[in-house]
Amino acid sequence: MVPFLLLLLLGLAAAAFSWPDNRSRPWLLLVGAAAHSAGMAELWLHPEPPLFGGYLFLDAPGKVVLATVSALFLATAVYSQGYLRHRHDKDNRVFVSGLLGLLAAMTVVGLAQHLGVLWVAIELTTLSTAPLIYFNRNARSLEAAWKYLLVSSLGIALALLGTFFVALSGAGPDGPRSLLLSSLLQAGPGLSKPWVRAAFVFLLVGYGTKMGLAPLHSWKPDAYGEAPGILGALLAGAVTNVAFLALVRVFQVTRAAGEGGFACDALVGLGLLSMALAAVFMAGQRDFKRMLAYSSVEHMGILAVGLGLGGGAVAGAFYHVVNNGLAKGVLFLAAGNIHRGYGSKRVEDVRGAARRLPVSGPLFLAGFLAVTGTPPFSPFWSEFVILNGALGSGRWAVGGLFLLFLAVVFVGMGATVLKVVQGDDRGAPERTGFRDSWLTAGPPLALLLAVLALGLWLPSPLASLFRSAAALVGGGS
Amino acid sequence: MSSWIDMTFVLVVVINLVLLASSRLGAAIRAVALQGALLSLLALLLASPAHDLGHVLLVAGGALAIKAVFIPWLMFRAIREAAIRREVEPLIGYVPSLLLGGAGVALAFAFSRGLPLPTPEMHTFLVPTALSTVWTGLLLVVSRKKAVTQVLGFLVLENGVFVFGLLLTDVMPVMVEAGVLLDLLAAVFVMGIVMFHINREFSSLDTDVLASLKD
Repeated sequence: MVPFLLLLLLGLAAAAFSWPDNRSRPWLLLVGAAAHSAGMAELWLHPEPPLFGGYLFLDAPGKVVLATVSALFLATAVYSQGYLRHRHDKDNRVFVSGLLGLLAAMTVVGLAQHLGVLWVAIELTTLSTAPLIYFNRNARSLEAAWKYLLVSSLGIALALLGTFFVALSGAGPDGPRSLLLSSLLQAGPGLSKPWVRAAFVFLLVGYGTKMGLAPLHSWKPDAYGEAPGILGALLAGAVTNVAFLALVRVFQVTRAAGEGGFACDALVGLGLLSMALAAVFMAGQRDFKRMLAYSSVEHMGILAVGLGLGGGAVAGAFYHVVNNGLAKGVLFLAAGNIHRGYGSKRVEDVRGAARRLPVSGPLFLAGFLAVTGTPPFSPFWSEFVILNGALGSGRWAVGGLFLLFLAVVFVGMGATVLKVVQGDDRGAPERTGFRDSWLTAGPPLALLLAVLALGLWLPSPLASLFRSAAALVGGGS
Repeated sequence: MSSWIDMTFVLVVVINLVLLASSRLGAAIRAVALQGALLSLLALLLASPAHDLGHVLLVAGGALAIKAVFIPWLMFRAIREAAIRREVEPLIGYVPSLLLGGAGVALAFAFSRGLPLPTPEMHTFLVPTALSTVWTGLLLVVSRKKAVTQVLGFLVLENGVFVFGLLLTDVMPVMVEAGVLLDLLAAVFVMGIVMFHINREFSSLDTDVLASLKD
């Protein structure tokens, strides 16, 4: 089942690359997305034993992340039918096949139970997305693609060094001499502690770059600002979540080796720093797509804080993976529509989006409310669980700063979003030919309804999935 | 035998310092190619009889073909098509870069003393050489302005990681090592394509012109 799905996705990517017709090529995305969703549903209902000698296996954290990836990819695949038709003048050969390759790479990350395989798959997510940022073929998107490629490659090289450190920590005569997660966890305290500690530092920097934790986020505003909305949604809602999963794997090993306390402090520190930095740069942002990049930095910070706090907060972090992924889809797709409807993404040009684009405008506002944790949307609940974890374990300073940064972000982001959505569109750039349609406004609407539904009612299998994912990294309520 | 190994490690570090001080791109690419060849030699020298011979030959041959021949050829093509010869005004001057590089070597030796090797039979110069090479690579990437030099910095960084990987030839499965070489290749290849586009778009390979995106 899993090998078949991966081969199918790679085959579709190759087919997309050789497909002659620009207009019908995006259909392949839909085929890949549908196959992936079906495959994930099948794996969920009928779990498979570990594959290839235990290298690939779907455990609870992988399930959380891959289900989010699958849902988000399906929504963006539907959206791309409308979007790429609107932009039929641009060649989408590399774009479509790159997205399919990205989906295959993310699936491998979700399944990987071996730190080497994990690293290779994370590297492939970088390589398959870098050319896609250059979709618009102009100087600005080229600059963004170059920065993304260079910064991510540096991060990934340091992550490889960290992976070697892990291998070395278990290379002693009675060590596991393997990078399989299960044998590393079993060896636990037998691993060489100084090397595990050094490995965690390098891997945190490496995968933290890919996640976009501050101060390693420098590629993010450029890449999200210049990439098409589809790619922004997938980078912010899927690729960063997948990188978070990689960090979770590393954290599992570090904890098993008895260095958990040090790792937790590092995670909480970097997480709070990311939230603080996002709050500062969010205020007065003049480009609404770059603003979303800082929102992504903030939410990666929230995930890191949740993981680092331990206890009940960890389940909140996994819940937040889903919520942030879906909400980022709403925001980036709606922002992409507004960008197309005005031909500009500068806040001083764009106003009255609610009138010009009667679905996308309000969706952008609703997406903002959802992502900043306004009830009844689901991010409110996951952030609440994390905050509860902080206060419940008596870490008042962490909880206080967490709340403070959330509030500052709400105000800063709200000012920009309201300027874009409200008012009259007189004086704004001419209407372009772009209108809201089922294909472009439907997918973000569906994602928003999902975020709302998850906020109103969390099905008990999902809640227990978050708890069992958290139990693997030492979280329990 | 052991003195040959010492010599090779020292040469790898010397090349790092040469790279930090060189302004001519052609010379820098040749130095990186030579470093790649030395790494391939190291893979052979460090192999013990316990190692699988085919595996050692694969790693050494792969390093020679990719790091010492193919990628330098790709880089020479890039600078010929873009008609550039020199790095101009690096962000950190040559003398300060050299000092930082030297400090990096000292720190790498100090740092690796705090990390006891679980496999004590390995050579004592290996970890400091790897770490100082990684440091040189990072320094080159952040302190130089030409896209070509930044890619060279990335290659040096990868070389450092490769040296460290030699510690693990018996622990690591072949797949991961093959992945290392392949990924390096792919990354540089993609970077090369992007570089050609940068050149066409701005008729220059200065990443200074890439500065319209900021807050």
